[in-house]
Amino acid sequence: MTHPLAPRPFLSRNPSVGWFLGILAALCVIVTILSPAIGLDLVSTSFIKTLGKTLCLSLAALAMDVVWGYTGILSLGHMAFFALGGYMIGQWLMYARTEEIVLLSLAGEPIPSTAAEVAQGVATQIFGVVGSSDMPAIWGFAHSLPLQLALVVLVPGIIAFVFAWLAFRSRVTGVYLSILTQAMTLALSLYLFQNDSGLRGNNGLSGLQNLPGLGATSQDTVSLWFFLASAAALGLTYVLLSWATSGKFGSVLRAIRDDEARLRFLGYPVEGFKLFVFTATAILCGIAGALYYPQAGIINPAELAPIASIYLAVWVAIGGRGRLYGAVIGAAFVSLVSSWFTGGRVPAINLGFVTIDWVDWWLVLLGLSFVLVTLFAPKGIGGLFDLWQGRHSPDRKGAKLDPGQGALQERKVLE
Amino acid sequence: MTALLQVSGVSVTFDGFRAINNLSFTIGPAEMRAVIGPNGAGKTTFMDIVTGKTRPDEGSVTWGERSVSLLRMTEAQIAQAGIGRKFQRPTVFEDQTVAENLILALRSSRGPLAALVFRLDAEGRDRVAELAAEVGLTDHLPRRAGELSHGQKQWLEIAMLLAQEPKLLLVDEPAAGMTLAERERTTAMLVEMAKTCAVVVVEHDMDFVRRLACKVTVLHEGRVLAEGSLDHVTKSPTVVDVYLGRG
Repeated sequence: MTHPLAPRPFLSRNPSVGWFLGILAALCVIVTILSPAIGLDLVSTSFIKTLGKTLCLSLAALAMDVVWGYTGILSLGHMAFFALGGYMIGQWLMYARTEEIVLLSLAGEPIPSTAAEVAQGVATQIFGVVGSSDMPAIWGFAHSLPLQLALVVLVPGIIAFVFAWLAFRSRVTGVYLSILTQAMTLALSLYLFQNDSGLRGNNGLSGLQNLPGLGATSQDTVSLWFFLASAAALGLTYVLLSWATSGKFGSVLRAIRDDEARLRFLGYPVEGFKLFVFTATAILCGIAGALYYPQAGIINPAELAPIASIYLAVWVAIGGRGRLYGAVIGAAFVSLVSSWFTGGRVPAINLGFVTIDWVDWWLVLLGLSFVLVTLFAPKGIGGLFDLWQGRHSPDRKGAKLDPGQGALQERKVLE
Repeated sequence: MTALLQVSGVSVTFDGFRAINNLSFTIGPAEMRAVIGPNGAGKTTFMDIVTGKTRPDEGSVTWGERSVSLLRMTEAQIAQAGIGRKFQRPTVFEDQTVAENLILALRSSRGPLAALVFRLDAEGRDRVAELAAEVGLTDHLPRRAGELSHGQKQWLEIAMLLAQEPKLLLVDEPAAGMTLAERERTTAMLVEMAKTCAVVVVEHDMDFVRRLACKVTVLHEGRVLAEGSLDHVTKSPTVVDVYLGRG
């Protein structure tokens, strides 16, 4: 007999990884074959973009699942980090693209234009819309792709770190922390809405789908590449997070969720773990956003609105908290259904006294399913896999997993 | 013998109520001590102060040969320094397996990066198996702790404390809710542990304290009322007053 604690190979500890990568690879192959760029031209470019964006949202949901489902920190601000990642890559995309256009228009001039003239031209082009022609200081790195890519990681990372350090150091937990994260998102959003924030106020950044230097490449090809890159990022993150959450690290995170005070008496720096997880997941969201917005083409401060982060929590709840594939299923399912319903192609239902137009009623349906899932299927869609595998866990009737709530077994005897 | 833990002149006030009033307490390494006292005597607050959960208003708490002050350390740092705490109710991580609970408690670096790269080596596996065997949970290693009975959870928690390899163990009412046989086993285990580390047992049950056969500290209204053998303190008229006079 082998030792009951003998180490097992990664895939046998994480059976979902093999399935997940397999399905993701199959999706990539199918989409590539059907794509207009190099395949049979059976799906539209806009649908490939929708799929690519969905993969990015799934990536953000993975991060949310680790911070909420595993660690129990209900952050209602992670989509802010997602949007910040988008803004950071958007700055370069917009700058470099505008520079191309300005250079092209200045090429016809009899006297070769100076660097200052080019910079002035770019600034006027970008900021004319907010009545300014000066390049704000925060665009200082916008000319350089490597620097902006570094900012995709650094800006969400540093903001998350400072916020989390202040919040966790004061031992803010539970609903108070959720409210604080909402306030942070709202504050960031309101700040970006200002014209003098330097990021074009409510106009946001646009034209992000046009990649600088690739003007000749069609959107068909670009969308396919972004789709494949998003899939690769999602697959890689899935493997990484499976590895992190299946070992002792995951065990500590779940212990923080269930009873952080007890864990402190075991000598674990709970605040350090929370800070680490909050910051790391914020960075993941930033990366997801940097992949998302070039596919969406436009980003504005409305993307940071608190509601976006609440959606993220709803996706994870519907998909199933505390399991990585649940988060992906939730995000993919809900956001695809959402774009179907809000696309205006779903026939309205006429009930005589009221016509259910799905563009308006979709949110009602989403809210209702969130309530129903929370009440009747707390494990979400992911719980179906437990049914399929015949795994049953006792019905806690809403009781917390917290130790000291008494043994389930005892309670069963008592009932 | 130098003191392992020295608490001197500590006072704590909660909303005007003096929970601990100029309390002094000393324990050496490998010593067993029982702390008794009526309800509200400050037994739990005393433990909270030592483990860093509550900060005293005045006084000092020093630890170890180098007399480090515990007052500036976090709960986690104090636990890492070697002070383990057993709560009255069994507190184990119910959603995790017995093995995972033990691995969490096992002595190791506690930081996030250390946890990420942590791998249970052969030595650690043997240690977990050994601890589980010691408290009779070998067959339950893959089970979730939440499925264990109350007594088994107490044992699991004791095994987790052993895994931490503490120098000082604070035990809050270990005998509560245990059967007679379990109590005897607990007594034997505590006595065994006191050979290698200091053990402070807070207990209501006089029979249980008698079985421990150790020095007793009587707390009353946040200060030490008497100290000595159980027979000595039970003969002290002030102690009798406190216990009998108040009913």
